[in-house]
Amino acid sequence: MVVCNPMTNESQDSFIRVKDITKIYDMGDSVVEALVGVSLEIEQGTYVAIMGPSGSGKTTFLDILGCLSRPTSGEYWLKGQKVSDFSEARLAQLRNHEIGFVFQNFNLLPRASALGNVELPLLYDGVPRRERVRRARESLEAVGLGDRAHHRPNEMSGGQRQRVAIARALVNQPSIVFADEPTGNLDSRSGESIMMLFNELHAQGKTIVMVTHEPDIAQHAERVISFKDGLAVKDVWQRKRENQS
Amino acid sequence: MNGIEYFLTALRSIGQNKVRAILTTLGVIIGVMSVILLIALGESAQAYVEREFAIMGSNVLIITPGRQETTGMFPISAGAHRKLTYDIAKSIKRKASGVTGVASNCIGLAAVKFRTRERHVLLIGTTPDFEGVRQLYTQIGRFVSQKDVELNNKVCVIGTTVKRELFGDQQALYETVSINSCKHMIVGILEERGMALGIDLGDLVIVPLPSAQQMFNMEGVGEILVGARSQEDIPIASAAIKRIIKSAHDNNEDFTITDQDGMLKTFSRIFDMLRLMLTGIASISLLVGGIGIMNIMLVSVRERTREVGVRKAVGATRTDVAMQFLIEAVTLSVIGGLIGLSLGAFGAFVIHFLYPNLPIGISMWAALMAFFFSLGVGVFFGVYPAVKAASVDPVVALRYE
Ligand SMILES: Nc1ncnc2c1ncn2[C@@H]1O[C@H](COP(=O)(O)OP(=O)(O)OP(=O)(O)O)[C@@H](O)[C@H]1O
Ligand SMILES: [Mg+2]
Repeated sequence: MVVCNPMTNESQDSFIRVKDITKIYDMGDSVVEALVGVSLEIEQGTYVAIMGPSGSGKTTFLDILGCLSRPTSGEYWLKGQKVSDFSEARLAQLRNHEIGFVFQNFNLLPRASALGNVELPLLYDGVPRRERVRRARESLEAVGLGDRAHHRPNEMSGGQRQRVAIARALVNQPSIVFADEPTGNLDSRSGESIMMLFNELHAQGKTIVMVTHEPDIAQHAERVISFKDGLAVKDVWQRKRENQS
Repeated sequence: MNGIEYFLTALRSIGQNKVRAILTTLGVIIGVMSVILLIALGESAQAYVEREFAIMGSNVLIITPGRQETTGMFPISAGAHRKLTYDIAKSIKRKASGVTGVASNCIGLAAVKFRTRERHVLLIGTTPDFEGVRQLYTQIGRFVSQKDVELNNKVCVIGTTVKRELFGDQQALYETVSINSCKHMIVGILEERGMALGIDLGDLVIVPLPSAQQMFNMEGVGEILVGARSQEDIPIASAAIKRIIKSAHDNNEDFTITDQDGMLKTFSRIFDMLRLMLTGIASISLLVGGIGIMNIMLVSVRERTREVGVRKAVGATRTDVAMQFLIEAVTLSVIGGLIGLSLGAFGAFVIHFLYPNLPIGISMWAALMAFFFSLGVGVFFGVYPAVKAASVDPVVALRYE
């Protein structure tokens, strides 16, 4: 294991760079400080795991990285663009083109088929129907669900649902995949196979940022960032990038 | 995302809950159906009345005894008044300008009998001008003549229904029938005219005025019909008639002149008002229908928060989400409108089937109005839920259990 100082490199062309990110939820009578000033950088192609106790701000941080929410203050640079200044429409475009998001509870549309779910990002990208279906199929096949295209989420196992969600996250060929406890709702066997998928993605050169509670899962990552009370308190490189199996 | 995709998405999501979609649009369905039916009924009633008046002859003035206080519908007789007489009718014909014919009528019900067959009919005792003023001509034989009136000839002209009922296929001309036990010879048969204002114009018997006066034991005449040369002549003729009768009645205006076109106008006014009222009521039900759609759409937005979150997470913009919900509302409303339109048309068809006499039909403008009205309702009541859906925060939506 190699321990590095996470906050040395301030170069503008870092793939992901956040500076003094805070997130404060104003609950009226009380204020929750979910993030109190997070600064870090992530290089392209890195596989990062985020760990930490419950309530430490991991999900909040990942949502900001995934452009699902905005920081209360601080800067967020993605691929050299200052995302924290983006309009809502540009954020939507970014989520569509650059970012794939995988959730613990899958977040599939229950009434749409696997194919329909995977098509969604392409729908909002204005891809014509024929091509949409073709690419969605390819993406489903890539996660090993080519034969389940017309099944609805409730006709599939948890592991299969998560695969559909991953197929959806990947269908528009994003460069980054964010995952918030993707195996949290799965038994260890399906969890393990989902992890294999992520390893493959990493091998393909995608940047992966994954929140997890399980040290076993975090083993797959190259770098583990630990959160506590809204701060990144520990940042560990656990092995060099190498060929995954 | 383009319009077609929005529409397909809306259709898919409507299709996922068809029963609820129908219930949602029920208000619009009923609203549009009632608008369509009420407009059709109003127009048909108006067309019916106009047609009936046309059958009864145009440019006709009807003089009845008794004073009528307000202008408008049929006279309500009140207090003592002098009878109208045949002599007055003659002097109107002689003196009034713009008049083409004057008929003096005595009208009542009578039993007509031929051998063993008997029929109760409308009996009109009249003078020769009736034919021209009422435009009720004979098909066979002749009408009541001036001589018949002067000599009190016991002759009659019968309508086609009477002919058919009493004689069947047999010859009727120059046969003798007894009317209220008084023998009359048939000298003419009226042409087929159908119905007018609910009266079968074939189910009547016409006799010379004196004969009817005798039968009904009446001295005067029940009404005087005056045919004016044209629409423009009506006021002139009306004024002249008033002068003539007043001078004969010691300057008392104890009679009423009803102008058939005036009556028609009154009818039209009533119909216009009725239509306005009915349209108002129907619009309210459309409004209620729109509120129903808004209500369900709002519920739907709440239920589908997670769906909105998912869509936003994969790249849907606010506009995308708003358009999806707006188009869903509009599609629901328009589907409701089209169903309402079909039901209204079907209703009109059923009414036409039950009352073939009513000229009922769905006018193009009513159909277009229904369509655009439901479209408008959908847009108007869809905007608020759509904006609400668009402003859903994806993070909150996705973590929402
Ligand atoms: N929408 C919100 N409104 C108010 N407070 C919130 C909201 N979302 C998160 N928080 C608070 O922010 C803090 C961080 O929450 P977050 O979900 O990021 O934790 P986490 O590290 O992901 O926890 P877990 O491991 O349990 O998922 C918590 O105290 C939480 O209660
Ligand atoms: Mg979390």
